[in-house]
Amino acid sequence: MLIAYAVIVLGVLGLIFGIILDFASKKFAVEVDEKEAAILEVLPGANCGGCGFPGCGGLAAAIAGGNAPVNGCPVGGAAVAAKVAEIMGVEAGSGDKIVANVRCKGTCEATKTKYEYSGIQDCRAAASLIGGPKACSYGCLGLGTCVQVCKFDAIHVVDGVAVVDDEKCVNCGKCIDICPKGLIERKPANKEVTVLCKSNDFGKTVKENCSVGCIGCGICFKECPFDAIIFENKLAQIDYSKCKQCNKCAMKCPTKVIKPKERKVAAKPVVENTTENK
Amino acid sequence: MKLILLFLSIVLVNNVITSQFLGICPFLGVSKKTDTAIGMGVAVTFVIALASVITYFIQMILNSFNIGYLQTIAFILVIASIVQFVEMVIKKTSPSLYQALGVFLPLITTNCAVLGIAIVNINKGYNIIETLINGLGAGIGFTLAIVIFAGIRERLELAEVQDAFEGFPITLISASLMSIAFLGFTGLIKL
Repeated sequence: MLIAYAVIVLGVLGLIFGIILDFASKKFAVEVDEKEAAILEVLPGANCGGCGFPGCGGLAAAIAGGNAPVNGCPVGGAAVAAKVAEIMGVEAGSGDKIVANVRCKGTCEATKTKYEYSGIQDCRAAASLIGGPKACSYGCLGLGTCVQVCKFDAIHVVDGVAVVDDEKCVNCGKCIDICPKGLIERKPANKEVTVLCKSNDFGKTVKENCSVGCIGCGICFKECPFDAIIFENKLAQIDYSKCKQCNKCAMKCPTKVIKPKERKVAAKPVVENTTENK
Repeated sequence: MKLILLFLSIVLVNNVITSQFLGICPFLGVSKKTDTAIGMGVAVTFVIALASVITYFIQMILNSFNIGYLQTIAFILVIASIVQFVEMVIKKTSPSLYQALGVFLPLITTNCAVLGIAIVNINKGYNIIETLINGLGAGIGFTLAIVIFAGIRERLELAEVQDAFEGFPITLISASLMSIAFLGFTGLIKL
């Protein structure tokens, strides 16, 4: 009998509160923008913050309010952008995919080390010990802190250097924020030519520490027909908006620190060598 | 007179946060800005006062059926419903406060201060007026503590803090120091 009472009383209580809440939900219903709800539906729901808004809800509200582009979600890519565009009733822009890019090529054999590091396997810890074990104070420490923060399995340490998998990268920026060396930058995925070095050291120092560093010779700068090389602080950098990916700089670079665009026919031998060592 | 003493005692001496250590989660979570702290305080006060009164009657129902042992689960049901209700009301009346409170609003559901005060009311055998005073006072005590603490934290932002203490460590230390300060009220009221 006691059990019956318990079940009945709790059940009735639940029912009463349920009815009150149901009534209140109609009485206090907030008009949610239909578009916003629909957009939220098609967004991936990873709440990674890669778009710069607090979670998918924030982005959905911004898109519905016209404060964000329809392709604002870097994770969803073109597929989601197309759906969102459909909801908003506009054309989806092409929206270049942006990916993270680790600007270092200093693999284990290419770069010298200052000392043997045997501490916590974390780049931030290593970096606090006179800048980490790598002789180049700008180089990738290769302990994989970025690998740990990546939720999308898009970054891996290969031969002592982190490498981004463009296919999987969704531009959420977690690795960019956590890298103690600030080595990871964003770049358009379709712009393959990129300078894989961030050393601002003089050419001599770079040469001593690493066989594949940017020595700041400026040859690429002179070679580029489109003024797409920005040269500052003894370091070459590509202006992706101007780069036409002609590979001229990459071919002339004495240390092969510029990653060329892969070409199927013409420059195949050169390409193969450099991309394998990335 | 006794009601006034009861009110002062729950606000100052037996403050939910600083001496009963209930509801620490929103206390630490929503005390970054004074504005949101006030909003959270008001929401919690409303929920505690309402929950106290409603649970008083729920307990009467339970007692009449001799199933007082269902107290906890029944109270959780009540509190969850009230929080849902408050959430709807806030969403309708003050969207900015709703935004600011964010995840902590549904978290009032699991705020042990609400359940704690409801159970204390029953255990101490307060009548309905005392229950209301106690619930209201607990909420006001919560608001008082969280607003003062938000003020402290706003100043902490500007202070130079040792790297090792930056962020939550210094927050917890200041919270404990504030609790010690509140300890000074002990002996003010004997109930």
